[in-house]
Amino acid sequence: MKAPPLLGDFLPFLLMGIPVTLEVTVLAMAVALPVSVVLALGRRSPLLALRLPAGMIVELLRGTSSLVQLFWAFYVLPFFGLNLAPLLAGVLVLGLNEGAYFSEVVRAGLAAVPAGQGEAAVALGFSRSYRFWRITLPQALPIMIPPFGNALVTMLKFTSLVSLVTIQDLAFRANMAATTLGDSAGVFAVVLVIYFALSLLLGAGARRLETLVDRRSGRPVVARRSSVPAWALGGGG
Amino acid sequence: MAEPAAALRGIGKSYGTRRILDDIDLDVAPGEKVALIGPSGSGKTTILRLLIGLVKPDAGTIRIDGRYLWHTEDLRPAGESHARQVRRAVGLVFQHFNLFPHMTARQNVREPLLHVLGLSRAESDHRAIDLLTRVGLREHVDKRPAQLSGGQQQRVAIARSLALQPKVMLFDEVTSALDPELVGEVLRVVRELAAETDMSMLIVTHEISFAADIADRVLMFDAGRIIEQGPPAQVLKDPAHPRTRQFLRAVLER
Amino acid sequence: MNGLDWDWAFAWSVMPDLLHGLRITVIATIAASSVSFVLGLVWTLLRLRRIAVISPAVDLFVLFIRGTPLLVQLYVVFYVLPKWGVSLSALATGIVGLGVFYSASASEIYRAGIEDIPIGQWEAALTLGLPLRRLWLGIILPQAIRAVLPMLGNLVVAMFKETALLSTITVMELMAEAKNAGSIDFRFVEPLTLAGALYLVISFAAASALRRLEVRHG
Repeated sequence: MKAPPLLGDFLPFLLMGIPVTLEVTVLAMAVALPVSVVLALGRRSPLLALRLPAGMIVELLRGTSSLVQLFWAFYVLPFFGLNLAPLLAGVLVLGLNEGAYFSEVVRAGLAAVPAGQGEAAVALGFSRSYRFWRITLPQALPIMIPPFGNALVTMLKFTSLVSLVTIQDLAFRANMAATTLGDSAGVFAVVLVIYFALSLLLGAGARRLETLVDRRSGRPVVARRSSVPAWALGGGG
Repeated sequence: MAEPAAALRGIGKSYGTRRILDDIDLDVAPGEKVALIGPSGSGKTTILRLLIGLVKPDAGTIRIDGRYLWHTEDLRPAGESHARQVRRAVGLVFQHFNLFPHMTARQNVREPLLHVLGLSRAESDHRAIDLLTRVGLREHVDKRPAQLSGGQQQRVAIARSLALQPKVMLFDEVTSALDPELVGEVLRVVRELAAETDMSMLIVTHEISFAADIADRVLMFDAGRIIEQGPPAQVLKDPAHPRTRQFLRAVLER
Repeated sequence: MNGLDWDWAFAWSVMPDLLHGLRITVIATIAASSVSFVLGLVWTLLRLRRIAVISPAVDLFVLFIRGTPLLVQLYVVFYVLPKWGVSLSALATGIVGLGVFYSASASEIYRAGIEDIPIGQWEAALTLGLPLRRLWLGIILPQAIRAVLPMLGNLVVAMFKETALLSTITVMELMAEAKNAGSIDFRFVEPLTLAGALYLVISFAAASALRRLEVRHG
């Protein structure tokens, strides 16, 4: 039995996947956020010429498998003379994909700002862009923060796909170490725990941001309690 | 006086720091109709919820038809399964009906007959239709709550709570959630019930003339206490307590 | 370089393989949905009951499943289960992996549905003296499940697309067939584009059917 020391030997190799995974997460989110805002604004636009393509892009991205999109970018785009580096392809696909989903959140957030607010701003003679940046967006932002936290954690898990286009992230290293080592249970246990810890960390960070923004915007922080009465769960004679 | 149908002794109830009821004693005789009036938040509804065991008192005892709700006969604390037995003698009609929306009127009324009394499907159906006929809904038995008016829904709810033939019936502001033109049909059903049955009834209501007609006794609540009680002719026509006079004036001016 | 041309003959020649893959994809989706719906309900009820040790353990399990990537979970069931003496076919392994992963989301959906039942429904059942079994099976779950059907439907659509990941554990579903067909002549344009189109058509049809259902049942 020499498996335990061997797993230990592979630990640094596995840990080096953490910065790669985080890097892809951050870069892809950096793509996703502007994409989601652009798509949301496009779908709200009164111009059909903007609304239609925005809607079609969202449906296209949401309607197909993200893995298909990734492979398409990796294997098909070169046929059209477009050679993307794996990292760029991965970040773009993940970012566009999550951006399409998050655009729904942005859209809902913008729609939740009462129309009266915009009208008041018009009455006061503010310009369009001032209205968007200073009136609408700050009010929509707190609504979008909780789903942003979810999107962040989703993205973290999502990045494991880039391992399939040769990027050496956590999932890639897990697969490689498992095959070399033959002790797949140990390797995958370690990597799953790392992913889990990163998810919890990002989730906690997003919640901190949420309370911060809620406090700044004066929204009441309400703790959701289960409405299921105790007696309905049996117990207690 | 015979054994009361319901008896409260030394009942206290708080939510957090808010005192809802303070040292309440109350006996309701078999067949007695009692109206509970008073401003909102004065504790009337909590009395009903205590009597059917939806909430537990902080202090005191509750007896229904001779049995303690939350205690054994030698006054040791008893739990939910004991309360389940005792509360069978009590029926409650809610302000917001609380019908099961995925079931027809007949299925709603049949529910306790099938699953509490364990009657056969045929027998439960038969009794359910009888009860619905009694509240004037013979032709609506197979409609769902969403297809019925508020007044009709409340009558289904009344039929449902009658299914187990309770000794004590509780009515919690049963017309407050209704459009004004639908109030009459529900009050008529309650009036008929009061005239026809020997159930005890406790009725929380803001309909003062209805309370005057139906009640043997009126209880005036304020800040968690019963500040005045007596026959309707006395409490409603010639109240002794200034708070009662003030309350009645405000209600009648609406 | 002739890559810019779309070769219809080649496209048609790979279609039978792709359709065969699509069949596996649909089978995997239906089976994994069933697994996730049943397991999700089990998790939810175990979590709500607050049984010592078991409920917190299920809570942690669900959190863990939701906090780790499906891809790595699939590796685990594919590489580790056989070592523990559980040998399943690749497809069955994929169905278990996918089903367990989505059972965590299904559990959250059921829980939201149950917690959204108005308090009056619980109180009505209590005042009528209904037994707990009947309360759950006759009153609460039918209403909760009906309310969350659209969300469960969305979960199925998501699952349909995620089945592509099963290609990484040798399941010959749509994505794997497309990659396979492309790798023969290293010509991926037609197979991958067609595969994408098939995913799009089916998930779009399913999503709009769901939307119609949602509108009808409000």
